[in-house]
Amino acid sequence: MSAPLLEASGLRLSFGAVPALDDVALSIWPGEVVAIVGESGSGKTTLLRVLSGLVRPEAGEVLYRDPAGATHPVQAMGDAALRRLHRTDWGFVHQNPRDGLRLGVSAGGNIGERLMATGARHYGGIRQAAAEWLQRVEIDPARMDALPRTFSGGMQQRLQIARTLVTHPRLVFMDEPTGGLDVSVQARLLDLIRALVADLGLAVLLVTHDIAAARLLAHRLLVMRRGQVVEQGLTDRVLDDPQHEYTQLLVASVLAA
Amino acid sequence: MTWSLRTEGLGKAFTLHLQGGSHIPVLRDVGLAVAPGECVALAGPSGAGKSTLMRCLYGNYGAGSGRILLRHGGEAVDLAAAEPRLVREIRRDTLGYVSQFLRVIPRVPTLDIVAEPLLARGVPREAARARAAALLARLNLPARLHGLPPATFSGGEQQRVNLARGFAPHYPVLLLDEPTASLDAGNRAVVIGLIAEAKARGAAIIGIFHDTEVRDQVADRLFEVAPMPDASPAPGAEAPAAA
Amino acid sequence: MMAPGAENRSREAAVETVTGYNFGYLDENTKRMIRRALLKAVAIPGHQVPFGSREMPLPYGWGTGGIQVTASIIGPGDRLKVIDQGADDTTNAVSIRRFFARVAGVGTTERTADATIVQTRHRIPETPLREGQVLVYQVPMPEPLFRLEPRVAETKRLHALADYSLMHVKLYEDIARTGHIATSYNYPVMVNGRYLMSPSPIPAFDNPKMHRMAALQLFGAGREKRIYAVPPYTEVRSLDFEDHPFVPIRADAACELCGSRESYLDEVVTDDRGGRMFVCSDTDYCTTRQGTQGSAREAAE
Repeated sequence: MSAPLLEASGLRLSFGAVPALDDVALSIWPGEVVAIVGESGSGKTTLLRVLSGLVRPEAGEVLYRDPAGATHPVQAMGDAALRRLHRTDWGFVHQNPRDGLRLGVSAGGNIGERLMATGARHYGGIRQAAAEWLQRVEIDPARMDALPRTFSGGMQQRLQIARTLVTHPRLVFMDEPTGGLDVSVQARLLDLIRALVADLGLAVLLVTHDIAAARLLAHRLLVMRRGQVVEQGLTDRVLDDPQHEYTQLLVASVLAA
Repeated sequence: MTWSLRTEGLGKAFTLHLQGGSHIPVLRDVGLAVAPGECVALAGPSGAGKSTLMRCLYGNYGAGSGRILLRHGGEAVDLAAAEPRLVREIRRDTLGYVSQFLRVIPRVPTLDIVAEPLLARGVPREAARARAAALLARLNLPARLHGLPPATFSGGEQQRVNLARGFAPHYPVLLLDEPTASLDAGNRAVVIGLIAEAKARGAAIIGIFHDTEVRDQVADRLFEVAPMPDASPAPGAEAPAAA
Repeated sequence: MMAPGAENRSREAAVETVTGYNFGYLDENTKRMIRRALLKAVAIPGHQVPFGSREMPLPYGWGTGGIQVTASIIGPGDRLKVIDQGADDTTNAVSIRRFFARVAGVGTTERTADATIVQTRHRIPETPLREGQVLVYQVPMPEPLFRLEPRVAETKRLHALADYSLMHVKLYEDIARTGHIATSYNYPVMVNGRYLMSPSPIPAFDNPKMHRMAALQLFGAGREKRIYAVPPYTEVRSLDFEDHPFVPIRADAACELCGSRESYLDEVVTDDRGGRMFVCSDTDYCTTRQGTQGSAREAAE
């Protein structure tokens, strides 16, 4: 808990005349789950892409702190270094599992790819790790050699999570991980993510428009609107005692379960 | 007097942007101090802001003005000004809260819900589960229910799960919002016993007890929360806010 | 009795050099362009270098890449050997050999040991190559990742980042599906610990011969317009797993003509009743062995 894993400040980016990020700052510490909420077009996915180095901001800086404690400006990292980072200390879970999986490669191969990319060359060891992770995400290890295209949407998403976590990243970016899933499937996935995050001490930066998901998973919440962070703080305080007009609207729009 | 929790000039008002920006003051200049081993019952008419005060004390509502001082890890910290990460740490180690309603986490078995705050403090899994099971048994929740998620439990059963979760970690400061509301006489007695033990351990307890019989048995004194002049009832005064 | 190869040798010696073409068919500027690409390829072992592939008087798929490489490096004093699947006497090998005999007037041979340049399709000769020799491969598809990643720009990126996990995933899938790595030819190799390279469709059996080979290995892909190279004594490793190591596979039999148990064998169907035999794929190797065995017998008699 000594220093943030990721520190961003003064981020600006616009698409034409539309500001997607307007002076955004954000830090995330080890083991912390931070949710970014807001309606579509509020800039939350753009923020995730900028923080993870996939998109370059017009102004501002994102600093990544490596396990040895040294900081690196993400935007100055080379392609190779950034790619390595995305396969080791970072992970990215996409909304659509098709973007994060190879559908023509078996479940075991999907999990194994990250291990092989980081140098694993023992087939038996890779199989064993894949079997353990399938079990962890509640997929029958007997399905290890099945193709993900034969999986349900929820299973595909769980497989994507296994594939991402197998190399024990410290920071995981998640872009609407439960979007597009049935409500019953969502609940199971959310609970799975919650348990994994707690067990592994992961830091997670979660983009979602699902307030209930944010409440369940996140320690801290950022509310975005038109490229600005209009309110942030402890999740239950932001949701139960919203200060900004937009946050009050957002909270009032949620059906109480 | 030594204190575990103390407020100074605590005030709270709500601005409802969706209702024309109406400004509703609920608390003003609240000065409450609770000593270790002391139980203070909040008193006052319905709508006076007792629940709002409780929620401010837990950091669930942000304080509008003033300070909320807590003894946390040997130091005095101001909860009203604490960063979210410090609030989480305070809630993990120092400050417990038993609300009226259990916020159910889907699919998580009862035993794990109760053991979770212990695990968060680093108690080994088996020890945490053992303590959780013992506490649930004491609250007369049959062992066959411990492995089930409490979503389908009755109100009283859920209340007891909530109580077990609140009492298991032995917080130095414990907030109790109507802890016996849905309990029968037998379980009320168990809760009275738990409160007495917590006080004996040196815990400072602040509670809202509508059940005067329970209140008289556990509270060392009353703290009057006075309604604000010409204020309509606060949105969060009695019922939990939306979402 | 004369060996079948020797007959060819005498026949081809009669080919006349044609006039009206530049030495080696290609003009000197084209040769210089290709040599520049070759130099770059040698400097970055295993890296594919684009080049301006020319129209050749034979169709793509018949070795236009290999021919352009050979044409760019061949000199009047060279002696050329051409093999197709190990054989010197197939149409493709004969045509290319005759082509160079006509447009460069160079000497040709079927003896691996006598050649200075060996152009090959799908095999590496059994006789070890030595320093000073050049092995020119005809390559249909130079990109080892092309079946795994259809976007050319992305394969370039993967090479630049030395990110070859895709290929390992492919081998993993082979083992998961069949219990072993099911690739028996064009088996991917890592060159000099840096670039993933297609060895062209040689049998995996030949892969170990590429490792620290004394001769220079040049690869030409005419249709795909790529050249790459492995300089002498360069490390060439076949990809594998620690617990599923690379194993060069050959038919478990002896050659029925020369008796070799070491060489790579072709299975030849001899009749339509299921009759078959195994013979060396490398005709020069086989003929030479038969010759020595014959002389040994004669000497003994």
